Amino acid sequence: MPTSLSTRVVLYFYGVVIIFLLYLPLVSVGFASISKARYLSFPIKRYSTKWYGEAVQSSTVSELLTTSLWVAILVTIVSIVIGFFGALAFARYQWRYRTLFQKLILLPIFFPQTVLGLALLMWFNSVGVIPSWKTAVVAHLVWIAPIATLIVSIRAYSFDPALEEAARDMGAGTWTILREVTLPLLMPGLISAGLFAFLLSWGNFPLSLFTTGADSTLPEWLYAKMVSGYSPLVPTLGVMSVVGSFLLILLALTFSWLIRVNRESRTTQKQKIL
Amino acid sequence: MNALDRKLGFLSSLPLTILLLISFLAPMAVVALFSVMPAKVFSLANAPDFSSYSVFLSQGYYKSLLWSLGMALASTCILLLLCWPLAYGMAKVFGRFTLVITIAVVMSLFVSENIRLFGWVLTLMKGGLIEGHWRAFTGNGFDSPLYGVGIIVFGLVYVYLPFMLFPLAQGIAMVPDDTRQAAYDLGATRWQVLWQIEIPLAAPGIVVGSLLSFVLAAGALAESKILGGQAVIAFADDIETAFTFGQNWPLGSALSIIMIAIIGGLALFGVSKVDLDAIMGRKR
Repeated sequence: MPTSLSTRVVLYFYGVVIIFLLYLPLVSVGFASISKARYLSFPIKRYSTKWYGEAVQSSTVSELLTTSLWVAILVTIVSIVIGFFGALAFARYQWRYRTLFQKLILLPIFFPQTVLGLALLMWFNSVGVIPSWKTAVVAHLVWIAPIATLIVSIRAYSFDPALEEAARDMGAGTWTILREVTLPLLMPGLISAGLFAFLLSWGNFPLSLFTTGADSTLPEWLYAKMVSGYSPLVPTLGVMSVVGSFLLILLALTFSWLIRVNRESRTTQKQKIL
Repeated sequence: MNALDRKLGFLSSLPLTILLLISFLAPMAVVALFSVMPAKVFSLANAPDFSSYSVFLSQGYYKSLLWSLGMALASTCILLLLCWPLAYGMAKVFGRFTLVITIAVVMSLFVSENIRLFGWVLTLMKGGLIEGHWRAFTGNGFDSPLYGVGIIVFGLVYVYLPFMLFPLAQGIAMVPDDTRQAAYDLGATRWQVLWQIEIPLAAPGIVVGSLLSFVLAAGALAESKILGGQAVIAFADDIETAFTFGQNWPLGSALSIIMIAIIGGLALFGVSKVDLDAIMGRKR
């Protein structure tokens, strides 16, 4: 039964309302970041960008950004490598403990992250590792590497193993096949897994809280200022972090769109020649 | 071919398995061991003792556990009602608009939970986005809804919406249009179609979505801290306090183990009911 027009209109409207509510708090943060007053109250009387100027010049801010960036970059690289092999074990090869492996990697994703962070803190303590931003990389990986694996797996499910078998029949070794056949086929999955890994690590707070030791990431600093002692820099840095993430997503979407357009135009050209 | 598959499968699972052994399973073992140590020690070289578990009962920690589970249950039920129409639209009605909603919802996930909850504080506080403008417009303000149990549940609903929405949409997409059409042709009412056709056929999505949002909400802490002003203490908050201010690792570990047992049990139950290969789109 086709849905009636009135139902369709109501559903579309509902969707728009939900998206609006999803982003409403960010609108407030955005307004707060350009308010001139030190103590915020709406409606905002005077606007100014001075907090952005202060944020850019502050050495604390640049330290926070450097730490967050290093953690996110390392997490991204390791997640892509682990996700590539993990996805092959998850989706491609038929091996004995495959279903067990699938369940094992789901556990950390379900796990309460604060408790995971505390457990890691005790673990680092009992093996004598002093927490710093490097241990935070490990903590992020426990949660993010399984997610990256799932994302690459979706891609790995959809490719035809006959392609690998053909390469093997023509005498290619395992490494050659991985490099020349599997890697290019999984590339789109690896890129989106990398993007997810970077963004999830960049925004993560509960895992960093207990595992960074004396270092601090941007979300940790924001949280500390939120629960004790408001700083006008909180909304400013919040907006900067969000805009940074969205620019990265936009860049990735444009890039993948350009590749698709390019590929389509090449195939149509080939068809014309034929 | 099969022998080769077995070998390669095992080898390629190694990096992730080793990572999880060292930094997930081993820490869990340490937590389990610490939970049976005497109070306030920082090493494992002590005689085992179960005093931390009795503290859970005697000091009223079970109350915060019940609050956490209750709020998680409430937010899961609200999410189910709230997401059903939208998920239905995404699966059956919207077409291209589904992609817009998907991208918008996924993008919101990349914004740190802190910033989004803090945004709600700015929106709802006295002199915030809503109340401030309302007062400037009409001349009289109203009390802020912040700092209560209701707003914590609201925060949980807000933060975990994507985890209900996407599995639900996936589940509803699995209901064949022909079956619904046939039920209508045989004279079924809208409610009969919903209860006897759509809900049973979309059950895998409902189960996965409900489990995910319940489990995540039960372990949440930022909502009660930032929005709730600690009107109610979340269980995860008790765990954190035992470790940090209390400096009592065995107590924190015992509380963690209780939470892990509840959440892990639910998660394992859910995972064992679901065929991952089918959900993630095996084509062979």
